[in-house]
Amino acid sequence: MRDTPLSNCERLFLLQAIQEKKRLDGRQTYDYRNIKILFGTDYGCCIVELGKTRVLCQVSCELVPPKDSRPTEGILYFNLELSPMASPAFESNRQSELLVMLNRQLERCLRNSKCIDTESLCVISGEKVWQIRVDVHVLNHDGNLMDAASIAAISALSHFRRPDVAIQGREVTVFSPEERDPIPLSIYHMPICVSFAFFLQGSYLLVDPCEREERVKDGLLVIAMNKHREICSIQSSGGIMLLKDQVKPVEMLLLVEGEHENHSSERIKPFPVLLCFSSFVLMQRKEGGKFGFAESLPIERITALKRDEAPVEMADVKDTAEEIINRTESSTEVYPPGLKTRERSAASPVLVATGTAQVGEGIVNSWGLEEDEDDEVIIEDKGGGNPRRLQNKGELELSLWLYFRLLYHTVRLHLFSLVRPGKLQDSEDLMQCLTPRVYLDDLEEGAGHTEEALMVLLAGSTSMMASSSGISSSISLQLVMSFVDF
Amino acid sequence: MVNRFICRFIFELLFCNPPQTPSEAEVPCSNTRCRSFVMDSLLFRLKESVGEALLPGDVFSPDSEETPSRAEKLICGPGLRRTGDHVHVFKSGILRNKLPNMFWIDSQQRRYVPAKGESVIGIVTSKAGDVFKVDVGGSEQASLSYLAFEGATKRNRPNVQVGDLVFGQFAVANRDMEPELVCIDGCGRANGMGVFGNDGLLFRCSLGLARRLLTPNSELVKDLQQVFPFETVVGLNGRIWIKARTVTQTLILMNLLEACENMTAQQRHSLLQKVKDCSH
Repeated sequence: MRDTPLSNCERLFLLQAIQEKKRLDGRQTYDYRNIKILFGTDYGCCIVELGKTRVLCQVSCELVPPKDSRPTEGILYFNLELSPMASPAFESNRQSELLVMLNRQLERCLRNSKCIDTESLCVISGEKVWQIRVDVHVLNHDGNLMDAASIAAISALSHFRRPDVAIQGREVTVFSPEERDPIPLSIYHMPICVSFAFFLQGSYLLVDPCEREERVKDGLLVIAMNKHREICSIQSSGGIMLLKDQVKPVEMLLLVEGEHENHSSERIKPFPVLLCFSSFVLMQRKEGGKFGFAESLPIERITALKRDEAPVEMADVKDTAEEIINRTESSTEVYPPGLKTRERSAASPVLVATGTAQVGEGIVNSWGLEEDEDDEVIIEDKGGGNPRRLQNKGELELSLWLYFRLLYHTVRLHLFSLVRPGKLQDSEDLMQCLTPRVYLDDLEEGAGHTEEALMVLLAGSTSMMASSSGISSSISLQLVMSFVDF
Repeated sequence: MVNRFICRFIFELLFCNPPQTPSEAEVPCSNTRCRSFVMDSLLFRLKESVGEALLPGDVFSPDSEETPSRAEKLICGPGLRRTGDHVHVFKSGILRNKLPNMFWIDSQQRRYVPAKGESVIGIVTSKAGDVFKVDVGGSEQASLSYLAFEGATKRNRPNVQVGDLVFGQFAVANRDMEPELVCIDGCGRANGMGVFGNDGLLFRCSLGLARRLLTPNSELVKDLQQVFPFETVVGLNGRIWIKARTVTQTLILMNLLEACENMTAQQRHSLLQKVKDCSH
């Protein structure tokens, strides 16, 4: 399939926006998108998300004879693939220029920089060495594939463990992971690529270009660097002439950003992120806890690219479900696996166990939420009365209730840390006052009143808190501001 | 399909042709999606399920003993198909109804399939002799003849370059042939169609959002109008072009529209309120 062509007006608009230092998603010139690194259950499996760009990397190893020119060194093999799922412009088994460029840059960044000790991969000199194979697959293309691929490759390599071997004379025994713990690769340093896109003959520069910005760029500069301020490789493509003066500030930028991680969170700081992620995952494994992509599902890290929250009417879901079950014909009873005999009679249609009855949570249902108000279609009410209005009211109540619960717990935590034990009685009374029932009656009007009511509530409660437990007004004001943001 | 009718309806009502209401004649109409039925119980069952989410494979069938008593016409829109006496659902979505007897499935998708009469935004990709090739987001590129513009003759060619945006409607769009776009209506007038957009921003959205924006008295458009004044062209192929006074305003509007897709009205109001407060 062909990719959508770029129209003239888009190109003009993007260049104009860049001249005004504006980017499509509101970032600044030197801002990176959010990086997320997730590890799978196998050693050496990792997914990196750079905004909407997604890249999967898998590292594997094999015992092979070494190269003739280097009999004492292991072999590193890199392979990057552009899957058609990433973009309609990619076709499988087609050698495009982009593919060649990405592969070369990945090899240069990781192999030529000697970040992995290949001598340690030798088992029997001249006969058997470990071949480490790094496969990178691009799952979604939203710009800046090079950075994502390099981060994925180096994280997967640090995560990877190779099997332990024992050598007796000429015999080699490879131990399985159950027999002996696998050994990590010895990595000297972690080089990571950073891409800079140039526009309008080199006069404007953007870090981490997204896909649309990449289409209008004049040239691309990729610099691979590590934490020790060493440049591993520089590659410039696109044919623009960069003067030394233009390249130098870019380097200085990288060095400065790499050092000072206390700058705003979107600065270039992948190095500490990587180290802490791999060590965190190792800890999880040792403790015997669950790990892998499946564990990332409930915390909503993999299933959706973007997701908004919407209040859901949940009050009578169980009843409706029971109703539906009763209405259908009774078939042979199906028991969920693992239920004991005495529990079978109480099998209900709603399974409350986590992780067993559902996979992911899907996208938010946007039907019926908007249409009900502005469609001229008349929906016939079955339940009589005004079911739509009640539903909105129910949602309002639920969202308010959630607000207040959170408020309750947060304030409680704050108070207990600040208030002396003798005054606990007073704070308990306060908590009673803050429960939702008192206030909901006043707040059934409509959506517009929610925020005002919340402010009133907070103002009232903080003044009460301040007077009774002696908290200074500045702290109470902070509490109010934090809740307003929420 | 109703929205298509509505757009066409307004189109034609405002300009030259007499309005063509959905064909209710007994004669099978040329639009393959219209079918007329006669069963009373079928109509009743469909009306009962309006507003429910249906899945492909759901069937509505009449009672077996019933004989056609009176001629009750029932029009099936997108997502519903008639086989014999039964109505089959072949798209997942919510069943909607327009009185008295028009039914369709409201489904969510981003991929566009060209259909006759729909107005879309296309990007010109190449010129081949007398015909422009236009990308409309479908599987095939549509062809647009240079004579299909207002006031175009063999001597007087329209000024269309590769990469320009065109707003046109489909004259021919079926599965087996390459779709054809035209930028004039039945009378030969442009009616807002043609080449547009020297500046401004084009972006993609889901088909459902485009349809929501095109409904008359759309709440979404009314809310957005209060934020900034802007110009917009909405194509039924999920492409929206907007232009506001400054680049910042255009970018804000684009992000707002992309976010509004999955928001309730309440969330939208609060978001727009925040934007208004920040901009003042």
